[in-house]
Amino acid sequence: MNLFCIGLSHHTVNVATREQFARGATAESIVREAGCTEALLLSTCNRVEVYAVSKSRISTDEIARCLLRKIDTDPHDYAPPFYRYEAERCVQHLFRVASALDSMVVGESEILGQAKKAYESARTSGAVGPYLHRLFQRAFRVAKQVRTHTDIARGAVSVGSVAVDLAQRIFGKLSCCKVLVLGAGETSERTARALISRGVSDLRVSNRSTDRAVELAQTVGGGFVAFHEWPAQCREIDILITSTASETPLLRERLDRPLFIIDIAVPRDVDPGVNDMEGVYLYDIDSLQSVAEQSLALRRQQVAAAEVIIAEHVTDFVDSISRGLHPAPQTVEHASLGKNSLRASEL
Amino acid sequence: MDRYLLVVSTVCFLAAVVHTAIELRAGVFRPMRFNFFAVALGFIFQTAFLSMRGHELGRCPLTNLFEVFIFLAWSVAAIYILVGPAYRLSLMGAFTAPLVVLLQGFALLAPIDIRHPVRVPSNPWLEFHASISLVAYGAFALACIAGVMYLVQERQLKTHHLHSIFYHLPPLTDLFAAITRLLWWGFALYTLGIVSGFFTGHPLPRVQVGAALGVWLLYAAILQGRHLRWLAPKRVAALCIIGFSAALTLLWGITFTAQMHSLP
Repeated sequence: MNLFCIGLSHHTVNVATREQFARGATAESIVREAGCTEALLLSTCNRVEVYAVSKSRISTDEIARCLLRKIDTDPHDYAPPFYRYEAERCVQHLFRVASALDSMVVGESEILGQAKKAYESARTSGAVGPYLHRLFQRAFRVAKQVRTHTDIARGAVSVGSVAVDLAQRIFGKLSCCKVLVLGAGETSERTARALISRGVSDLRVSNRSTDRAVELAQTVGGGFVAFHEWPAQCREIDILITSTASETPLLRERLDRPLFIIDIAVPRDVDPGVNDMEGVYLYDIDSLQSVAEQSLALRRQQVAAAEVIIAEHVTDFVDSISRGLHPAPQTVEHASLGKNSLRASEL
Repeated sequence: MDRYLLVVSTVCFLAAVVHTAIELRAGVFRPMRFNFFAVALGFIFQTAFLSMRGHELGRCPLTNLFEVFIFLAWSVAAIYILVGPAYRLSLMGAFTAPLVVLLQGFALLAPIDIRHPVRVPSNPWLEFHASISLVAYGAFALACIAGVMYLVQERQLKTHHLHSIFYHLPPLTDLFAAITRLLWWGFALYTLGIVSGFFTGHPLPRVQVGAALGVWLLYAAILQGRHLRWLAPKRVAALCIIGFSAALTLLWGITFTAQMHSLP
């Protein structure tokens, strides 16, 4: 029995190349056409990968043909470097993928859901057998353990989520926070949505263009505040998201409760000196970006700790199924899909 | 024998300190239950020590500076165990353990465990006064620790430089709520301690009473300043540290003077 993984990812090819693969392909079609006993197709924006089990060795080109079979474009233009991992390296690779160590944004949470969805889809179609079942169940367990025992998923890495994260560090529960969105731009909307998703219920929108403010207020389920009235609102709000080139709000020190100002306007709406006031926390677009970068750096520091957990699981998993799976001598092979083989497949 | 219990207790608290230091240095601090269990274990040994010493003395073990320090460390650990779970238990333990190690370490190393040549008679009012005051000191110590946590969190938010510990600290508003509650509890107990001091039957030394009232007034001013919104949370957090330092100095002074005059 051979366990292997063949794929393309953001590490090896760009998105334009990745998107040409796996269109219309399914785990079931790979099993049928390539002659695998089990197969699973993981297709996300970052990767196209096939995990498969076969009785005899199946070449990388054969799998690549299955992935390419439905594209309309001339296949001669493509010669992407498929990577191939076998046996133990395949197990390790999947554990790393599921734990988001191989993702473009290290520690992101989407990949685990995508892997579960891919598994479920392949299982429903009957393409997953006992080996891939055990492999993926273990991968989900490993991913959970990595997320629990390291800081790999700690900290937000986008401007909107950083703002929400910081708001939670200041106020704890956001359900009691009053939010004023000043300026109804795209980033403001995203940040407002993120705050609502974390429990904010009192959200007010003010904008020079009344129509746009009303539209955004209705979209996010908030209230509308006339533009000339927003300075009065500053006295009672907890979070101010500003993205309009207006005059600096007249703020006094906040001694009763904190005020979190998210200034995403360029040029900035709020004087940086406001951050020196007691109880006021001012973040502009650069500082939000800087926090996002710090979070990413923090996540990268956790990779080594995550690798230790993964290594333990790989050894344990390989031992537990070694009777059923005989690793091929070649563990990693970077293969390329040659033009000739493509032509042959067409013929 | 009883000192061995104290050494083991100190080692438990030290383990929590070392564990936290190693994780912080590696940038992988995780507030797991290790700190809580280490502090809880240390607390058990502290309790065993105080119990043995109490049986030996036939009264509350507060007859010298050594015992006062241990009782204070015990109060800090006890209040942490009671309050900690509500505010991210392990992290508060990470801040509590160093204070307890300092108090117990000093008590063990300094030659302050001076036994009275004659058995000190039991005085319920005096024992109540001393013990309730020390429990109040424990609450003030925890408020001081929460104040340090608040200032650490606040500083990171102001400077926009977030360390890995940032994500494990409670939100600012929660920390401030903890500080306020601990201050109120400490203040109520301290008031009770001062009032009970008038019933001990001992002559009241003016300097000590004056200093104790000074500390009481300081905490009353902090609470009143906060109640009237004159003080920002950051100032309150800083004043908690100053207040506890003053209280600790006073405690030293009272106990040292009492020892000099051979009073329990």
